[in-house]
Amino acid sequence: MTAMAPAFASVNEGELLPSLELLPVSREMLVSYAEASRDRNPVHTDSEAARAVGAHDVFAHGMLQMAWLGRVVTNWTAQRDMREFDARFVAMTLPGDRITCTGRILEKLTRDGETLVRIALTAVNQDGETKVAGEALVALP
Amino acid sequence: MVDASCIGRAYAPYTVAVTTADLLRFAAAIGETRPEYVDEAAARATGHSGLLVPPTFAVCLEMDRPEPFEWLRELEIDIARVIHGAQSFRYFAPAHAGDRLTFAARIADVAVRRRGALTVMIRETDVTNQLGENVMQFRSTVIVRA
Repeated sequence: MTAMAPAFASVNEGELLPSLELLPVSREMLVSYAEASRDRNPVHTDSEAARAVGAHDVFAHGMLQMAWLGRVVTNWTAQRDMREFDARFVAMTLPGDRITCTGRILEKLTRDGETLVRIALTAVNQDGETKVAGEALVALP
Repeated sequence: MVDASCIGRAYAPYTVAVTTADLLRFAAAIGETRPEYVDEAAARATGHSGLLVPPTFAVCLEMDRPEPFEWLRELEIDIARVIHGAQSFRYFAPAHAGDRLTFAARIADVAVRRRGALTVMIRETDVTNQLGENVMQFRSTVIVRA
């Protein structure tokens, strides 16, 4: 089933979307994403390559975490209603990090006759460090 | 050297088919289990022409082009100095397995920051489908350390 779209009238600014807790980041997870995404930059899969660019170890692809943030939205409402999706990669996510992705309704608005919500999205680790910060603009009927 | 003279530089369009196998592998890699992304019969039953392309997957398809980092080499940028700083998408129409998507990319902006310590480049890509419809536009912010 496609996620059932919440009604615009029934949601409020400040409301939280159901969060998504990921398994601890592992090397296997990063290899799997590197293969599936074709992003074969070795900094994500080879510790030496990561150290050569000044990282402590391999670090997660920003786009893997953005995909997780996308899941917060598409678990809540249908993807066809997504209009815009932005993310900033704020800090490196390392193996062992336990990431929780959350969404919060920032604003309800009307644009070109369409009712929309702007959602703040964050990927945060077990120590409360923000790794990715983003926003989605989603139409709600 | 990268500077504002690079703004507007455009790259040859690249066309690629979206396959069910690629979408299933991607779904597994991001932990996605919703039926519209992993179950073709369920996707069709809910009005999709095939598995739905998830919100960020198009960037991966563009990486399929031969030599995806050639544009950086052409600008004499060492990939070891490059960080993906941000990403944005604007969506116009859905994409599904079986579609053929064409990616047309250009350099939309170049800005030098922190007295030359960083160069921030924005690469903008228009994605169209086999019917010529605009599917999405995405922008990748690439930060190059001096």
